[in-house]
Amino acid sequence: MSHTHTQDTLVGLFVATGIASLFFLGLQVSNLSSFSHGNTFEITARFSNSGGLKVKSAVSAAGVKIGSVKAITFDPKTYESVVKMDINAQYKTLPDDSSASVYTAGLLGEQYVSLGGGGSDEYLKNGSKIEITNSAIILEKALGQFLFKSAEEKKGSGDDKKGKK
Amino acid sequence: MEFFRYLGASTRTSFTKLGRASFFLISILSGISSVIVRPRLLLKQLHSVGVLSFLIITISGLFVGMVLGLQGFYILSRFGAEETLGVMVAASLVRELGPVVAALLFAGRAGSALTAEIGLMKATEQLSGMEMMAIDPIKRIISPRFLAGFLSMPLLAALFSAVGIIGGQMVGSGLLGVDDGAYWSQMRANLDFQGDIINGVIKSVVFGFVTSWIALFEGYDAIPTAEGVSRATTRTVVNSAFSILGLDFILTALMFGDN
Repeated sequence: MSHTHTQDTLVGLFVATGIASLFFLGLQVSNLSSFSHGNTFEITARFSNSGGLKVKSAVSAAGVKIGSVKAITFDPKTYESVVKMDINAQYKTLPDDSSASVYTAGLLGEQYVSLGGGGSDEYLKNGSKIEITNSAIILEKALGQFLFKSAEEKKGSGDDKKGKK
Repeated sequence: MEFFRYLGASTRTSFTKLGRASFFLISILSGISSVIVRPRLLLKQLHSVGVLSFLIITISGLFVGMVLGLQGFYILSRFGAEETLGVMVAASLVRELGPVVAALLFAGRAGSALTAEIGLMKATEQLSGMEMMAIDPIKRIISPRFLAGFLSMPLLAALFSAVGIIGGQMVGSGLLGVDDGAYWSQMRANLDFQGDIINGVIKSVVFGFVTSWIALFEGYDAIPTAEGVSRATTRTVVNSAFSILGLDFILTALMFGDN
């Protein structure tokens, strides 16, 4: 009988370790723990260009993650990108004149929405719309403008030299 | 002419084998209900299939994770992205290496043992003896082993991934100086429960099903001689490896193909 007892114990330990590692994967490794249904509220912001923003991209305030992007749609009337965001319910004291900007984490990192800069006494609540938005900076566009500008300047200084002659 | 006769014969034998395997699977599945009535049979098989594979899975997982940590660091540090080491280690383990390598090890460790056991039972006419005593060998011998393999595989794969992630962390932040907080937080931010973990578990469930089925069928279908059993054992390992890798491609294409 003692043999089956040790067998029972070993099988029990095996199953417990297996389930524990599943829990470990679920809670420690994936974003399940920071993922909470129900206790969030939704806000909307319109950007003229939302860049590489994706569903589930982070929404942060002062660098702290407070929510995530829920949906990104294109409005065919105003040609704007409509970004819906879920904000964690514990952050319900964000001023309703906050601005939303799309930033990039690091040079090649992911894009995220940053909220901030408000001073109103009214707070953002479920269904609120953010009025002041800054679009994503498209690296190629900015580089292109910079190159174009510097080429123009060079050309201009060349003309000056010619003029002096 | 000779060639066509050979082709026709091999097609016919492989199709009849597939048919036998399918009928075998149906009888295994219908035998599962009688295993639930007698959980002690299942417990014994969980011990020999699961508990005895525990050590090889844990140690292999640890080393695979440590190697991923080293190799990942080498590549990522070229791009100045060492902080994402955790994502790389965890994603490759949870999505691919955990289920696949654990299943390959499982086929080698437990699958071959199952085939040899069943094949020898057949060769020594123990299965016929049971039938003589009006005991259904499928219900008494095969189904508990199948259920044990099917249940053990996801647990072993999860264990493999978890131990591997810890191994990667040991090498990454212990040896190579990746920030410990970045390792875990990047991992948590970029791995999805539904998309990564659950899909990995689904993969391992499928592999457990297929591996146990192949191992038991090859044993049950073996030619009851010493040579026949040895060939059946080889076929188990080879066919399991093929099926695992082929199914892995199909499952990956279905799960991760659209993004």
